Amino acid sequence: MRKRCLEAVYKLAKRNKDVVFIGSDLGVGVMDAMKKELPGQWLMEGVSEQHIIGAAAGMAMTGKIVYFNTIATFITRRCYEQTAIDLGLASLKVRLLGSGGGLVYAPLGPTHLATEDLALMRAIPNMAIVAPCDAEEMERAMIASESWNGPMYVRIAKGGEAVVSKPEPGFAIGRAIECRAPGDVLFVTTGVMLQRALEAAALLEKDGVSCGIVHCHTVKPFDAAAVLAAASKARAVLSLEEHTILGGLGSCVAETLAEAGLEKPPLFKRLGIPDAFPDEYGSQNSLMDRYGLSAEKIAAEARRLAEGRLSPAGG
Amino acid sequence: MTASPTLDFRALGRETRRAITEMVIAAGRGHVGSAFSLIEILLALYKGGVLRVDPKNPAWEDRDRLILSKGHGALALYPILSDLGFFPKEELLKYCRRDGILGGHPEHLKIPGVEASTGALGHGLSIGIGMALAGRMNKKGFRVYVVLGDGECDEGSIWEGALHASKHKLANLTAIIDYNKQQSYSDVAEVLPLEPFADKWKAFGFEVFEADMDHPERLLEILKTPPAGKPRVVICHTVKGKGVSFIERNLSWHHKGKLTDQEVENIFNELEI
Repeated sequence: MRKRCLEAVYKLAKRNKDVVFIGSDLGVGVMDAMKKELPGQWLMEGVSEQHIIGAAAGMAMTGKIVYFNTIATFITRRCYEQTAIDLGLASLKVRLLGSGGGLVYAPLGPTHLATEDLALMRAIPNMAIVAPCDAEEMERAMIASESWNGPMYVRIAKGGEAVVSKPEPGFAIGRAIECRAPGDVLFVTTGVMLQRALEAAALLEKDGVSCGIVHCHTVKPFDAAAVLAAASKARAVLSLEEHTILGGLGSCVAETLAEAGLEKPPLFKRLGIPDAFPDEYGSQNSLMDRYGLSAEKIAAEARRLAEGRLSPAGG
Repeated sequence: MTASPTLDFRALGRETRRAITEMVIAAGRGHVGSAFSLIEILLALYKGGVLRVDPKNPAWEDRDRLILSKGHGALALYPILSDLGFFPKEELLKYCRRDGILGGHPEHLKIPGVEASTGALGHGLSIGIGMALAGRMNKKGFRVYVVLGDGECDEGSIWEGALHASKHKLANLTAIIDYNKQQSYSDVAEVLPLEPFADKWKAFGFEVFEADMDHPERLLEILKTPPAGKPRVVICHTVKGKGVSFIERNLSWHHKGKLTDQEVENIFNELEI
């Protein structure tokens, strides 16, 4: 997925001389082709995220569209004030491409996990947040990013995810995609949780529980109308995110449902990472499983909720 | 802007200090000491024929850029920008008011002529570097000036920026430091020493100048010297609160609340001299 993301930047840069790519201290060989062909639009600026965000702001104020890539947690935590003020307050065309969003770097431990990136970015006015589910959707997101008038955070997943997105619904920043028609249960997903939701939905279908999916590749601006339309037809709604349950997709859905004043509100549960630093290494999959984000555990939780049973909040 | 061969720093300095005092009276607050410290720096840039800017077209692509990175010095900037015609003078007395555009720290999207929103320290140098890089990419001849505070140089991001300015040999970038040797709490030497300050900038790859701001003409000479193929820094030896005896070096004036009638009278008396 990162490969497709960066290739898309390279393609954009070829036809738009104002597109500039900045890497921090990326792996050897990354973006070499662009470096050779477009050296004037390519920068590798070292381990200095605060400076790079400020410089990206200065470039954007001088007509550039800047794509800055480094590890997701470093691009969201380390330089937060620069991102909020230099990019957010000035509403500049800078795209933060965060590699390894969520639990991707599980073996490297909590210093490298980006489990509150969506919440951090969401709190910044003017910031858009996009978390594509697969490489195809990433490419569509990157094409859309060129004309987006403001700063944007793009969450990049591990890579090699099954391609489940389709070209037909198109891609517009801020518009959710209905991946399965509404049913008893509604899954609201972002990023690579779509694949797990599809698997969970298939499991539920076998048990006779119908299941809709609304995929929010854009967490902000949040497509509340699409989520609400599908949620109002469901008995149970579950938000699925590879992210802390505080402040991310689950919060968006909760806020939307709570303020909608539905006559018969559905039961609702946020599935995600609890409010704690992960205490195990292992793999992205093993941590997802630990936090109840495997297809089987998601399906089991959905079944309980569809039957009208709520487990303790955040459990 | 045409160069003024005999810029009257004394008269302009008094006029600017009076305008600042009026603003502080109106708002009941302001970073007086920090602003008085850097008035001559901004006068040299804006009125000494250094900056090429057009108040009628603040977004002119080829303009020189000035970023007041020590945003708490905004009180010194506002009367100068207004005098040049970037915005009407009436705005000055609406300083910090809900119906005004001039806040305690300058905002880019609100104030014509303000290139970046500053006040959180340590941002301006990097923003200026980005502008200088983009200017070079766009083959523009404009120059970028970033005014830093000495306390601001406590921020690690300033030194990240210094590495980058040097890496890119940004001859179109000049950093100007208001080195009054005092920060909010106490002397810089006590809170976080910067010396040997000039050597640090040299080591980071800058062409380093020092200017004694008792003679601000020296700063003008330096700023009119052609750059030597690398970024420049001018360390300006200033006095916090400069221009009014009881404000000079007096840290209770770093940020001041409501002025008493006696204080106002004393300030105006001194500024008449």
